[in-house]
Amino acid sequence: MLIVVALVLIVLGSIVFHLLSPWWWTPIASNWDYIDDTLVITFWITGAVFAAIVLFMAYCVLKFRHRPGHKAEFDPENKRLEWWLTGVTAAGVAAMLVPGLFVWKQFVTVPEEATELEVFGQQWSWAYRLPGADGVLGTADAEWVNGENPLGVNPHDRFGKDDLIVEGGEIYLPVDQPVKLLLRSIDVLHNFYVPEFRAKMDMVPGMVTYIWFTPTRTGNFEVLCAEYCGTAHPFMRGYVTVVEAEEYQEWLQEQLTFEEYASNARAAQPVQLAEN
Amino acid sequence: MVDRGSDDRMQLPPREVADVMPPHAHSWIGKYVFSQDAKYIAIQYSGTAVAIGLVALVMSWLMRLQLGFPGTFDFITAEAYYQFVTMHGMIMVIYLLTAIFLGGFGNYLIPLMVGARDMVFPFVNMLSYWVYLLAVLVLVASFFVPGGPTGAGWTLYPPQAVLSGTPGGAQSGIILMLVSLILFIIGFTMGGLNYAVTVLQARTRGMTMMRLPLTVWGIFTATVMALLAFPALFVACVMMLFDRLLGTSFFMPTLVELGEKLSYGGGSPIAFQHLFWFFGHPEVYIVALPAFGIVSDLIAVHARKNVFGYRMMVWAIVIIGALSFIVWAHHMYVSGMHPWFGFFFATTTLIIAIPTAIKVYNWVLTLWKGDIHLTIPMLFALGFIVTFVNGGLTGLFLGNVVVDVPLSDTMFVVAHFHMVMGVAPIMVIFGAIYHWYPKMTGRMLNEAMGQIHFWVTFIGAYAVFFPMHYVGLVGVPRRYFEIGEPEFLTAPVDGLNAFISSAALIVGAVQVLFLFNIFWSLRHGRKAGGNPWRAASLEWHTPETPPRHGNWNELPDVYRWAYDYSVPGAPEDYLAQNDPWVPDGEERRL
Repeated sequence: MLIVVALVLIVLGSIVFHLLSPWWWTPIASNWDYIDDTLVITFWITGAVFAAIVLFMAYCVLKFRHRPGHKAEFDPENKRLEWWLTGVTAAGVAAMLVPGLFVWKQFVTVPEEATELEVFGQQWSWAYRLPGADGVLGTADAEWVNGENPLGVNPHDRFGKDDLIVEGGEIYLPVDQPVKLLLRSIDVLHNFYVPEFRAKMDMVPGMVTYIWFTPTRTGNFEVLCAEYCGTAHPFMRGYVTVVEAEEYQEWLQEQLTFEEYASNARAAQPVQLAEN
Repeated sequence: MVDRGSDDRMQLPPREVADVMPPHAHSWIGKYVFSQDAKYIAIQYSGTAVAIGLVALVMSWLMRLQLGFPGTFDFITAEAYYQFVTMHGMIMVIYLLTAIFLGGFGNYLIPLMVGARDMVFPFVNMLSYWVYLLAVLVLVASFFVPGGPTGAGWTLYPPQAVLSGTPGGAQSGIILMLVSLILFIIGFTMGGLNYAVTVLQARTRGMTMMRLPLTVWGIFTATVMALLAFPALFVACVMMLFDRLLGTSFFMPTLVELGEKLSYGGGSPIAFQHLFWFFGHPEVYIVALPAFGIVSDLIAVHARKNVFGYRMMVWAIVIIGALSFIVWAHHMYVSGMHPWFGFFFATTTLIIAIPTAIKVYNWVLTLWKGDIHLTIPMLFALGFIVTFVNGGLTGLFLGNVVVDVPLSDTMFVVAHFHMVMGVAPIMVIFGAIYHWYPKMTGRMLNEAMGQIHFWVTFIGAYAVFFPMHYVGLVGVPRRYFEIGEPEFLTAPVDGLNAFISSAALIVGAVQVLFLFNIFWSLRHGRKAGGNPWRAASLEWHTPETPPRHGNWNELPDVYRWAYDYSVPGAPEDYLAQNDPWVPDGEERRL
């Protein structure tokens, strides 16, 4: 009979743990509260199913445990019951899938007004590139990477010359402005992950991936790498600082363009360049 | 109506394979080393799988020591941690679970349950084990080469798997890993062909497909799936080996590694992921379907009741097997593949929940109005249902593409797949060992030790993996050597991690008691007799226990399905499959 008690306690314990748990997702800072809602729906449906099945099982074990003289019923099939259960399950699955796909459609459809910005990953740091005055990001490829061009901006592309290069792992974003992040890596897989934004996506060398979101509150949010990328994976951190539009413009003025960056790099390493 | 054999007045079907006694070995080596007897090969497979599984268990301890008590153990460096993560995962999934379900239970049970004398190709069956052993040895060798084993994660994603930022990537670790997998697949294919052909061709007279015990259905379907899925992994391993050794670029684009430009170009890392998961997702069910089948039989025998909805159970196994080949990219929602794939794979993934749920309902409905004997196998079966339902339901979070986005690559995923394909199938393995040990040895496993083993394992494993979901929910990524105390944590996870680690150490430790029980009971266990559980399926009705080489005197004729328990009017509460009993006044039918 211990097992009946254990089954009931597992259900009760799990529910109590869930309700009292201080470990819950961090307060959201983007437009993806739909994701949180879908997650909550899923919690309710699955939680109810779990409790129902385990408690029913506990009841069966209690009621139909072996006693002298007791005999099981011979009952091979019950088509009606089986189809009925199948139908209810299908309905429950649809109740989770349909809103899920609806939100996914939004997740992968970037709004027209989103500004573009490149996130650049390499073992084990983050950098960023913003379009310059022309509003267009120049092309880039691992092919072009060298000491004065760490992000591999195409030096022959006129759109790239005024791109802003942001090293040091911290990027500013204006609040309430949708942003499309173009994700690029030059060595291994990484994943741009800010828990407060909910969105995350792998960065794959050889291709450019994307996510979009709208930051909805100002603050300083930590960037983590969520795709195992080698020994220092957990230490690949950065920051996204979400600020008001004016502050963002001020910050933008301080950033170096690709041209300025390259000439600074040349000035700093004359000897090495001569050897090259 | 279920094919119980009581309605159809069929003629005896002809034997599909002539009754040929497999060749008897005369030398000691032929009997006990290079044995061609499936029952002996099963024990070799299981013993090897458990031995290498213990290595993986110890590595899980070391990981949990690091996560629960970061900074306390100097010898667990980040490199070592990732090597433990990788080898733990790879060993558990491939070298333990796959090997023990198919090579272990498959070999032991298929010939006995279908009423055959042995597998149809005994020599190839023997080779299968020895190639598997070689694969294990190559894997073990990687611990002793410079740089140690690969630390690429069990998914071995390129480019990192073959680069120097990953342990073993620029040394021999990854090479030995790939070679070992290639060997494993070769070995498995030889065994797998045997399991499938034996079920299809060597069933005894009267054993129709719809009279097979669900154990055989589970193992058979899993084997067919493995024969179709492993080639994708095989190809991926060969190509990655070429990338690493010959400088090809199947999976390698233009790369700059730590400031240095490499000579690769033009390859696609995502292509590897598709190949890997085309194997990797069916692999989940290659482990789960045998567990589904076995647990159905455990529940029926120990609840003295027929499996509820047998035909639905068979179709659910087959449908799950088929669907599992079109869900693989749900492992890749945030991989950077085309986002429109998300719609398709989320839909197929959630559809697979329906046949899976049917199986759960039918297990529970088998208990309904049963005569439930709370034996150790039954306890483990109940433990399986709890952990499987729990792990299956969290799959609905991760399969529903947009819900997966925040949870993907967090500890929530780790908790989910451990519950559903770690704890749950292992519960079944334990239950199955307690159930069939008497047939294999003639003695029962010790009940008291079994009780302790069950309770500590069941409650302990739940205590490990249930709270772990919340470590992921709060945002902690998986494969983090240490998380520190970033600001996004709504509460520190240190205490919770220490709790999980402590529970994991205890659960691991009690397995030693289980191993002790296995050896102790060989001599001191209660004598079992031929059919201690009063079970109906054929393996319990061999003339000798343990069954000798060739299994039967004369091949048994089968008159009914494997679930005639508590049949009204029958002299006992079970009717063996080869029992020709009919109710009084009716004529004997075949």
